[in-house]
Amino acid sequence: MPFDVYLNVAVAGILTGLVYGLMALGLSVIFGVVRVVNFAHGEMMTIAMYLAVVLFSHFHLDPLLMLVPIAAVLFAFGYALQAGLINPFITRPEHSQFLLLVALGLIIVNTLLIVFGPDAQSVQTSYAYDSFQIGLLIVDASKLYAGAAAILFTAALFAFFRLTLVGKAIRACADNYTGALVVGLDVKRLYALTFAVGAACVGAAGCIMTLIIDVTPMLGPTYTLLAFIIVIAGGLGSMPGALVGGILIGLTEAFAGILFTPSAKSMFAFAILVLVLLFRPQGILGKRVA
Amino acid sequence: MIASAIAWLDLSPRAMLFLVLLGAVLLIAPFIANDYLLTVLILILYFAYVGQAWNIMMGFAGQLSLGHALYVGLGAYVSAVLFTRYGVGPWIGVLPAMATAVTCGAAIGFLAFRFRVAGVYFAILTIAFAEFARIGFDHLDFVNASAGLFLPVAQYAHNDLWRLRGSPAMFYYVILAATVLALLICRLLLRSRIGYLWLAIREDEVAARAAGIATFRYKMYAVMISAAVTSFAGVFYAFFYNNLFPEQVFNISRSIEIILGTIIGGIGTLFGPILGAFVLTGLAEALNSAMGHFGLDLPGAKQVFYGICLLLVVMARPHGLWPWLAQRIGVAEPRK
Repeated sequence: MPFDVYLNVAVAGILTGLVYGLMALGLSVIFGVVRVVNFAHGEMMTIAMYLAVVLFSHFHLDPLLMLVPIAAVLFAFGYALQAGLINPFITRPEHSQFLLLVALGLIIVNTLLIVFGPDAQSVQTSYAYDSFQIGLLIVDASKLYAGAAAILFTAALFAFFRLTLVGKAIRACADNYTGALVVGLDVKRLYALTFAVGAACVGAAGCIMTLIIDVTPMLGPTYTLLAFIIVIAGGLGSMPGALVGGILIGLTEAFAGILFTPSAKSMFAFAILVLVLLFRPQGILGKRVA
Repeated sequence: MIASAIAWLDLSPRAMLFLVLLGAVLLIAPFIANDYLLTVLILILYFAYVGQAWNIMMGFAGQLSLGHALYVGLGAYVSAVLFTRYGVGPWIGVLPAMATAVTCGAAIGFLAFRFRVAGVYFAILTIAFAEFARIGFDHLDFVNASAGLFLPVAQYAHNDLWRLRGSPAMFYYVILAATVLALLICRLLLRSRIGYLWLAIREDEVAARAAGIATFRYKMYAVMISAAVTSFAGVFYAFFYNNLFPEQVFNISRSIEIILGTIIGGIGTLFGPILGAFVLTGLAEALNSAMGHFGLDLPGAKQVFYGICLLLVVMARPHGLWPWLAQRIGVAEPRK
């Protein structure tokens, strides 16, 4: 295959990978701080995707404009979820939390199935078929906008955690739970905020994702798994790791799609998961835990 | 012999009475139940059986597997391929089916336990392997890929137990026998050396290792035994439903359905999987027929119901219904 095909596939993979990274970032933030594995992560993304689709089909609102409002809706959803449902579970055994979120995921997927039906729905933007040509490179406009939006949102998130007082307080909770309590932080509220921020990430990612793929209710479990693979590959709890993992998986899927068959692309993501778990269990950018 | 069997079961007289009554009802069920009810009972026993099999891994040894559909699917595909292509009957085919499932279980267990993949990571790994199999089988032309594998359905004049072709009543007795057998095996395992070592590992793996238990080996046994027991459910599935699609058999929702009954009944208990299967499948079927009665057809309603059940049980009765119910009716299992 000629070089320019590989180049185009690589760029498309990276752009999709950036959106994957944003989605996985939500999972990573939630796990890194609250220590709860959000097993309804992909399901929450499908909620955001359906919101975007409905807003587009009824009011012709572009998903890119709806990015912040949809992220805000998911933020509220995440806050309520953690404050109402998950906080009592943070001292329970790991599998108990896991099952709570499995139950939630099951409810979300099938409620969406009842409301929207099993058929794929999509957003047909005016730029859906546009592309830019730069030398050998031909980039889909949708993918380029999606990647750019993902970068912007991710940058905002990094700034939140590095620069704001709340962001610093959340990181303090993650570093030392008891210490955070001692200096008088309201850990439960911060946990709820963290879950909300994670949910906003996945909400934004879902909104952007409608530019790239069609949405069906069954997408939820698949993307939950994908988010886990990305986060484990990048390093659980590491924010840059989630981005690196996202790009890695985006690239892998893109190349698997062109070299083999697109429907088998997730097999290669699983292969990466197994390799990482075996040879670098802490993930590419994760810190080794003794 | 019966007396010694009863002594071995070590049950209170009241528990014995319940068990005998339940056994009697289940034995005569095909003579009094209509076809629909019988199918529901088969489904219930099927879930009781796989739930019991999953329980060996999670309930006894504390290893959360969320990919048990893998073993069901492998059992189903191996036996179905042997039957349709080579004319090998299910009772012979179950052996290679089990061998395949055990090999896969051992491979996953080896990778996970040797490299200290535990907890959530382990659960994700099991899902990943099941998904890997789903997509793999979807592209495997040898088993008809996504077009599905079909077993020949013919009208049989009489029940052919050896080839597992026949009426629902025959399938009912097969799965009933399997469920009872699984219960006895679990009872045996739980009260033997291996069972106690499993419980030690489940409660505190570090302490177990410090006490000199070869945790790696016993966790491997748990995965392999669980995989073997589960794979028979796959054989049953293949011959009962006569059609196999990778998208359905290996689907992650199958893995979730397998574990729901046991969680609701009570993880780590012997009767939990059975009670859970009755409660969950019974209620779900009742919901189905109630919706049918009102002319509603909502494809996701059953799963939403499952989700709500799971949510309620995990929140209100984290140890499941059976320990609570057993206390109420005075047949509590001896503390383990």
